[in-house]
Amino acid sequence: MKTTIFVVFAAPLRLCISLLLLTTFAALAADYDYHLNPRSLGQDVHVFIGLTEDFSTSNGGNIVNTGFIVAPRGVIVIDSGPSKRYGEQMRAAIAKITTQPLALLINTHHHPDHFLGNQSFADTPIAALAGTRQGIAAEGNAFAENLYRLTGDWMKGTEVLAPSQTLAAGTVEIAGRRLRLLGLDGHTGADLALYDETSGVLFAGDLVFNGRAPTTPHAEVDHWLAALDQLEAITREPGFKLLVPGHGEVARDATPIKQTRAWLNWLRQTLRDAAAAGLDMNEVLARPLPAEFANLPVAASEYRRSVGHLFPAAEQEALK
Amino acid sequence: MRFPLTIAAIALAVLMSSAAAAALQESGDPLGSARWADMEKTFIAGAPMRFDPRVKVIAPLTAENPMQVPVTVDATALENVVEVIVFADFNPIVQILRFYPEATGAYLGFRVKLQQSTPVRAAARTADGVWHVGGTWVNTVGGGCTAPSAAAGSPIWQQRLNEVSGRQWSEGAQSGRVRLRIVHPMDTGLVAGTPAFHLEEINFTNASGQRLMRLQTFEPVAENPVFTLNRGEIAGEVEASGRDNNGNAFRARIAP
Repeated sequence: MKTTIFVVFAAPLRLCISLLLLTTFAALAADYDYHLNPRSLGQDVHVFIGLTEDFSTSNGGNIVNTGFIVAPRGVIVIDSGPSKRYGEQMRAAIAKITTQPLALLINTHHHPDHFLGNQSFADTPIAALAGTRQGIAAEGNAFAENLYRLTGDWMKGTEVLAPSQTLAAGTVEIAGRRLRLLGLDGHTGADLALYDETSGVLFAGDLVFNGRAPTTPHAEVDHWLAALDQLEAITREPGFKLLVPGHGEVARDATPIKQTRAWLNWLRQTLRDAAAAGLDMNEVLARPLPAEFANLPVAASEYRRSVGHLFPAAEQEALK
Repeated sequence: MRFPLTIAAIALAVLMSSAAAAALQESGDPLGSARWADMEKTFIAGAPMRFDPRVKVIAPLTAENPMQVPVTVDATALENVVEVIVFADFNPIVQILRFYPEATGAYLGFRVKLQQSTPVRAAARTADGVWHVGGTWVNTVGGGCTAPSAAAGSPIWQQRLNEVSGRQWSEGAQSGRVRLRIVHPMDTGLVAGTPAFHLEEINFTNASGQRLMRLQTFEPVAENPVFTLNRGEIAGEVEASGRDNNGNAFRARIAP
């Protein structure tokens, strides 16, 4: 930061102006287009697959998977993305696939990349688990501020629009489509997974990450592992076809569930062992990743974050 | 962005004659902080001072959680350290803690609340009266000092105030280490309606009553503080006793 300021002050005005112009053109060229191209998974199920990156000013927060199901009496939308612009572009992309009206938007959990596009669905009922509604009400604004800082103008005009309806777990019929709603937790205090029995597609939300290290700011690892067992049981059902993780590629089997479980088990054991050995948080942060995860995208940064989120509890256990 | 400057300064120091390098170290702040002159006036107050890489301040370059930024101060490369002051130039409350190693190494691990990106520094005074200053920049997103403590939202701390849990390690790589956690909200007084309420003093003594270290803590120390000390050799229990600014006292024994 300081270096940049120094350069701006010291550089000739002409250079400053050309730098400014370059920046402006770069922003114009981007045009805040998320390039949302829905991918059909068959049986009227479509997904938008995000990048396996961290939030940045270049990806605008398009690091998340969202989707929609064209049901007999309307479109069921699953998560709305990280910004108002994303929600708008998602809606436009849906309109290219179907002329059906929107029936319901579901937020799988209260993390910002899954609900900050809600504004663009203001004329549609928005539903979530009770814990997700509470989480959005309590922390939504702070999350939004954080994404403004991380992604910049991609967030322009984005404000929190909280879900207006509460979903309960169980098999339900929405807009003429039978859906199994699983009220789980562990990634956050309330994580909804959604199994579409017609297509055999399981929307796992952020309980499952594929080819990207999981995030843990609200994680309860024991609960999360139990939730993964439930999701894996669905992948063994005869009708199961595809798994849509919250982040990363669609899978045909439980591989991403096993990967997420392996990471969480390793993380939990590493932090317990470190606390038992008397390590201080800085020493835990400095530890290298094992070979198994060394090439996993964003593993190093997520590990560091997870130490901050989860080490204090492990430490408290060791100091008892 | 800061590294290139630091690396350049080190490279420059290597190329220059030792006298010139010493002059650079004595005059310029290696962390390039606009607040250094004020810091020097406040904490060094005209005493002899030098920037000294032997005073290590270890903290993450980017703090994930501004309420709990881990900091480790290691001045054990210096002989005869009598006092160490830890402060953060751009924090609304600058002074974090002071410790006086009497029969421990000049080493302390703890966590702090930071409001914005800032240098975190340790100034170690040796017995000859010279201050040796080391530090590092920590980038953070803010809110560490003006956000309410987690305790403010829960009544549990009232029942467990000043509860100490701790452990000593007498074998393994961390042999000689003492770690302890004290339940305390450590309110800064910067949150509207919540007065400053924080631990002020902790004394560590051994089984025969000899003081190992005296520690003075201020508002920026993180909620439910965790401290890491290096005792060197574990010889019997350690007693930790202290009080907060409201006079609530505690005394706890940590078994060997």
